[in-house]
Amino acid sequence: MTASLLVPALVNGLTTGAIYALVALGLTLIYGVLHIINFAHGSLLMVALYGVYFLNTGLGIDPYLALPIAVPAFFILGYFLQRGVIEHTAHGRDQNILLVTLGLSIILDNLALYFWRSDTRTIDVPYGFDVIDIGVALIPVPRAVAFGAALGIAALLWFLIGRTDLGRAIRAVARERQGARLMGIDVEHIYGLCFGIGTATLAAAACLLLPSFYVTPQVGHAFVLVAFTTVVLGGMGSFTGALVGGLILGLVESAGGLILGESLGQIGIFIIFILVLLFRPTGLFGGKPA
Amino acid sequence: MLEVANVSKRFGGLLAVDGASLKVAEGSIAGLIGPNGAGKTTLFSMIAGAVPPTAGEISFAGQRIDGLKSHEVCHRGIGRTFQITQPFAGLSVRENIAVGAHLHHRRRADALAAAAEVAKLVGMAGLLDRPAASLTVAGRKRLELARALATRPRLLLLDEVMAGLNPTEIGEIIGVIRGIRDSGVTVLLTEHVMQAVMSLCEHIHVLNQGRVIAAGAPSLLVTDPKVVEAYLGRAAAGRIEAGSRHAS
Amino acid sequence: MNPDRIKLIAVPVVLAALAAAPLALGTGYWLGLATTTLMFACLAQAWNLLGGYGGQFSYGHALFFGTGAYVTAVLQVRLGLDPWTGLIAGTIAGGAIGAFCGALSFRYGLKGSYFALVTLAFAEVFRILATSVPFTGGGAGILIPLKVSPANFQFADKAGFYYAMLILFAVSLIVTLAVERSRFGAYLVAVRENEAAAAALGIDIFRVKLGAITLSGALAALSGVFYAQFFLYLDPHIAYGSGVSVEALLAPIIGGIGTLFGPLIGAIVMRALGEVANVWTDGAPGLNLALFGLLLIIVLRFLPDGIVGLIGRLGRRHA
Repeated sequence: MTASLLVPALVNGLTTGAIYALVALGLTLIYGVLHIINFAHGSLLMVALYGVYFLNTGLGIDPYLALPIAVPAFFILGYFLQRGVIEHTAHGRDQNILLVTLGLSIILDNLALYFWRSDTRTIDVPYGFDVIDIGVALIPVPRAVAFGAALGIAALLWFLIGRTDLGRAIRAVARERQGARLMGIDVEHIYGLCFGIGTATLAAAACLLLPSFYVTPQVGHAFVLVAFTTVVLGGMGSFTGALVGGLILGLVESAGGLILGESLGQIGIFIIFILVLLFRPTGLFGGKPA
Repeated sequence: MLEVANVSKRFGGLLAVDGASLKVAEGSIAGLIGPNGAGKTTLFSMIAGAVPPTAGEISFAGQRIDGLKSHEVCHRGIGRTFQITQPFAGLSVRENIAVGAHLHHRRRADALAAAAEVAKLVGMAGLLDRPAASLTVAGRKRLELARALATRPRLLLLDEVMAGLNPTEIGEIIGVIRGIRDSGVTVLLTEHVMQAVMSLCEHIHVLNQGRVIAAGAPSLLVTDPKVVEAYLGRAAAGRIEAGSRHAS
Repeated sequence: MNPDRIKLIAVPVVLAALAAAPLALGTGYWLGLATTTLMFACLAQAWNLLGGYGGQFSYGHALFFGTGAYVTAVLQVRLGLDPWTGLIAGTIAGGAIGAFCGALSFRYGLKGSYFALVTLAFAEVFRILATSVPFTGGGAGILIPLKVSPANFQFADKAGFYYAMLILFAVSLIVTLAVERSRFGAYLVAVRENEAAAAALGIDIFRVKLGAITLSGALAALSGVFYAQFFLYLDPHIAYGSGVSVEALLAPIIGGIGTLFGPLIGAIVMRALGEVANVWTDGAPGLNLALFGLLLIIVLRFLPDGIVGLIGRLGRRHA
């Protein structure tokens, strides 16, 4: 295999991986704090993609400029989904939370299908086909932006959780919910905030994705299992883990595509997923298995 | 019947049980006492197969049982109750006990009938169709006992079956435990209710900080300064010792 | 009368009513709908055995459904075997895949959400495999040739298919009833309620869960085999897609999880609701499934024991 084939595949894998990481960041935050696996994560990304799409086609707003609109809107949406729906339906049972978020994802996916049909939609932006020449490979500009943004958002989340008062409260809730409650922390509010932040990262991901990607009602499915794999691989709740996990998966998929062909390429991701779940459920960067 | 030899259990940096040894004679009621955190429940869990020992040997009826899983230990003839009761909350009392009875009864009807018999032994005959989740603390403790009994064990491990009960209930359960022993089942129990231990047990092991520090008949142990120290601290032990010297 | 005896009478009564249903439904559209309802009820019954009685929530029952469907289709198309052999082979394959997936998951102690995710991933692996290997027909799917004859599991009229499916559903219902009344069933429920206590009572948790997932896989494969025979066409998305897995778990949860009739009631309610949505929206896709999602959330919020539990509660109030 020649370098002329390998290097672009590598670069392609890394930029795809950055997008996986971007989507997984919110999921890992929600898992790390609320200890819930949010099945609706992919569907919320799909809704965000439609939102950004309609802002562009309806109002002519550039996807990157839609960030300050989409991110707060999705923060509020996430907060109210947690406080208004999930909190009341879970009855404190893990299985219920999983089912509620599954129910949400079914509703969102199918309402999207009902209203917008299954057409694949893309937008035209002037920089859509611009590339950066790094000598050994060409990187599309939107993908380079997404790559940088994934690193930036991971750093931002890490700062928010690690270095602020809100982050301290969030960590307290994540570690010891009852104790945090006794300290006067409003646990339900923190849960809502985390779900909101996790959902807001999806809005950011949508703004960064759409210039080089498409949207259909099923687009969430393409991401949700990969995002789960990313989170599990990186260690649930770890931002660095999500970042590294995403990049690894991007590379695996790219290498898988190169070796096994396009349709079998993704299988590597799921096999990694199963193996990690079976043998190292705390992930590569997680602590010792309990 | 049961022999625990130099058994240790390490959880990370904590040595929960440190070379503990004890013997339980067939047909006896033996006690395992000690202050909170002494390692009683850990030792029980090792005998029952719920956690494997880090070192040492456990034998039952002449055969090694350390390293066996919980269900295998149960098949050998050891029944146990849990300190924090673990009912099958969604099932009725009858169904709860029947799960234990199924060990020796393949057919559901037989297991349910056997469950009713066992319920009589522990005084739960009137509660058979109640959901297990609706039982009081005393009821749950009895249910633990009944379920374990339904497996027809030769040795019964009782982990604080009296905790949380009022004196009347304790009196009743002491009667039940005596009845169980009289039917031929050997009993090893841990307990905080000292009066009950003293009146029930023929032989007592005292565990402190993971070690067996004393063993013997109840009457001998109450005057053992090591035991008093473990429970009340050094100062109290000193005072009692001084007091007894003064008296002599 | 005790609940055990009521069920012994109710099962033949319900099956007889289902057998008489074509008299009311005619031989057209409604009978076809009833047939697919029973097909999903059978799949739901399979899920319920593992998820409802055993407490192990699978999010990938398409794995077994799809395996049953593909085994029978491939055996007919590639090897020329008859579909009745395919029925047996498909069912065995479903059970074997169940045992394999269960042996891995339960050996390594996967529970709750982790088990859910791993089953989902297994189904995805099979979906991708079915897309990629040549003998399944790949992404284009596989067509079973039309050769109408009962010996070929292809019937001239809808009633033939309905009764064939009714027999398969009856198998799933009777297996569930038998499990409920057996030691295995008591152990399975005990494992669901409390694993530590179950182990202390001599129950080999691994073996019980493995038995449940094997049986569940085999029953789910039954409905998959029927799907292949009824529609005579399969593709990886139909067979192994997440839609099937979701259908499998919705019906028992909506109908009443861990109950004998919950899956059937759930399947009927869902199909009826779907039909209403279809008429309402003139067949536009999406709204029916969105309603199922809404129904799931409503049931989780207000009816933890599903519709069966609601009926029970109303019954007690009037008694």
